[in-house]
Amino acid sequence: MQVSLTERAAAHVQKFLSKRGKGVGLRLGVKTSGCSGMAYTLEFADDFLDEDVRFQSHGVTVIVDPKSLVYLEGTELDFVREGLNEGFKFNNPNVKNTCGCGESFQV
Amino acid sequence: MALLQIAEPGLSAAPHRHRLAVGIDLGTTHSLVATVRNGSSEVLADLAGRHLLPSIVHYRADAPPEVGDVARAAAAADPKNVVVSVKRLMGRGADDLAKLAPTPYAYGVGAGQIQIETAAGPKTPVEVSADILKTLRERAEASLGGELTGAIITVPAYFDDAQRQATKDAARLAGIEVLRLLNEPTAAAIAYGLDNGSEGIYAVYDLGGGTFDLSILRLERGVFEVLATSGDSALGGDDFDECLVRWAIETAALQTPSDTELRRLHTAARRAKEALSGWPETRFQVELDTGALDLPLTRETFEALTVELVQRTLAPIKRALRDAKLKVGAIDGVVMVGGATRMPCVQRAASAFFGKPVLCNLDPDQVVALGAAIQANVLVGNRSADDWLLLDVIPLSLGLETMGGLVEKIVPRNSTLPVARAQDFTTFKDGQTAMSIHVVQGERELVAECRSLAHFELRGIPPLAAGAARIRVTFQVDADGLLSVSAREQSSGVEATVAVKPSYGLTDEEIARMLKESIANAEADAAARMRREETVEAERLSEATEAALDADGAILLDEEERARIRGALGNLRAAIVAGDIDALRRSSGALNALSQDYASRRMDAAIQTALAGRRLAEL
Repeated sequence: MQVSLTERAAAHVQKFLSKRGKGVGLRLGVKTSGCSGMAYTLEFADDFLDEDVRFQSHGVTVIVDPKSLVYLEGTELDFVREGLNEGFKFNNPNVKNTCGCGESFQV
Repeated sequence: MALLQIAEPGLSAAPHRHRLAVGIDLGTTHSLVATVRNGSSEVLADLAGRHLLPSIVHYRADAPPEVGDVARAAAAADPKNVVVSVKRLMGRGADDLAKLAPTPYAYGVGAGQIQIETAAGPKTPVEVSADILKTLRERAEASLGGELTGAIITVPAYFDDAQRQATKDAARLAGIEVLRLLNEPTAAAIAYGLDNGSEGIYAVYDLGGGTFDLSILRLERGVFEVLATSGDSALGGDDFDECLVRWAIETAALQTPSDTELRRLHTAARRAKEALSGWPETRFQVELDTGALDLPLTRETFEALTVELVQRTLAPIKRALRDAKLKVGAIDGVVMVGGATRMPCVQRAASAFFGKPVLCNLDPDQVVALGAAIQANVLVGNRSADDWLLLDVIPLSLGLETMGGLVEKIVPRNSTLPVARAQDFTTFKDGQTAMSIHVVQGERELVAECRSLAHFELRGIPPLAAGAARIRVTFQVDADGLLSVSAREQSSGVEATVAVKPSYGLTDEEIARMLKESIANAEADAAARMRREETVEAERLSEATEAALDADGAILLDEEERARIRGALGNLRAAIVAGDIDALRRSSGALNALSQDYASRRMDAAIQTALAGRRLAEL
């Protein structure tokens, strides 16, 4: 199992990385917070840590720490537009419940 | 499912705590809203993909107001209810109306503010601006998917307290929390400074639709400092259009065109001007009531017509350089801002003046909003502020009135903000227990030539001899350029404070005029100041002599001496009344000489009284 990006998401990540001018990849993770237990984090990565697990997806290095990987395995990150708003969306098969707003989730 | 944005390492926002912050460029002709997404700032577009929102509002009798392109489309049919360039009316009082360029609106006056009579009832400039801001807020919330935490709104460097306050009021009315106001050129510098990471001294050349601002900034180790600002508030891209319209009317020998025809001519002029920025020649085409007009127009002709306008931007540059005490060679780069700087002749003139190529790699229409967005993002805490901070300056000196209608400047123009300055003052008369403090703004030496900001009184000063009380007056200007003044008598601690809720009323043009006049009249002002100072001194002398004569003249002086002093005093008073400065000096000197002996006798008498009956050891 792995963590991947859709082609569309990868294209946007690459655009943002090149605009930013530095960074080795995209770090995905979860942290305990929010109203429903867990929340995703999505950050640029400037370096790798020893324990990191790395995936290659459409030319982008996706970095996940092992603790988060438990909750993220099989996740596909997409880039979508909803009305005027656009951004990244986690399609995570582990999720059982999300809170009303969708910002946090339970497994 | 909420949509996520990529954050900087370690800065992911916790759920439900996304802080959406935007930068808003509330312009005379166009307004924009920008935000920082995925680490870079971008201007937000509407559904049709348009970035610029024309700053135009159309009021209708029984429908909500329309803002932007739809309102512009309605302008020709319903000019009385379509409000354009409302920024020029911000913070102005009823007495400024007469000085404004003619507009098609019917004005009313309520609560000291201008009101425009529209089909939807009377609207103040603040309300019109609020409608524009509301549209931008809705656009931002739709594209960011949440409520705004706050916004930074940019204002011209020339805006005075009243105009800044009016801008804040408009934002509050639109339901926007203002994180702070930011000078437009400073915002542009942020956009360039952070994107390019260059250090040095920069000039920001901002030629917008209706105003020209020139600022000199120093970027050093990530710190922005505004060294000087200057400008011409009645010069902009619209004047270039006006030039072309006049040329078209002359060339085609048109007889007084109607209002609608004039509007069409202006639109055609703008189109031709924009075309000439890209091509060496174009056609000036417009549909008139009498038929179609189609004139060929080359860039050379256009530049010859407008050369004087371009030259007019150079004087404020020289003034700002002088204020910053810099030579042209000290400028490391020139940042171009405002749509009008797309014109090759403008870029050439600026580049020739500074002797170096100008920076225009960001969209000159967007650069201010982009910079404001970056600053807003820092202020709501989405990004560590690192250690860069921003210093702005006050556009006109702040001071207070002293005896004789003179201005004592407390905070000089171009001081960096926030600033606090204090100065000690004293009483003019014996036993004076109150002091009226008159806060003024301007560059001239006489109060009458400056702008009055506030009056307040400090009461309860302990009765002391003239000159003995010490009253410390403190001026504080916060980061938004708003002023508070406090006065405190040092020995008793009585205090009075005023927050300058500036009376709406000073125009851009007036500020520009005040600056110009202060330079043109520098010598006359200095002479007037000297004259007033001598008069005040002479008045003080005559008061003191009179008081002394009353107190002990009869004891210490014989009849003849008293008569001589009284005679000299009479001469001095006559000179004061006549305003004859030579006679004033002569009679002041004469009185001083005559009373010298008297003064030393008084001193002896005072010492004798003090020492009487005391032993040496007690002293």
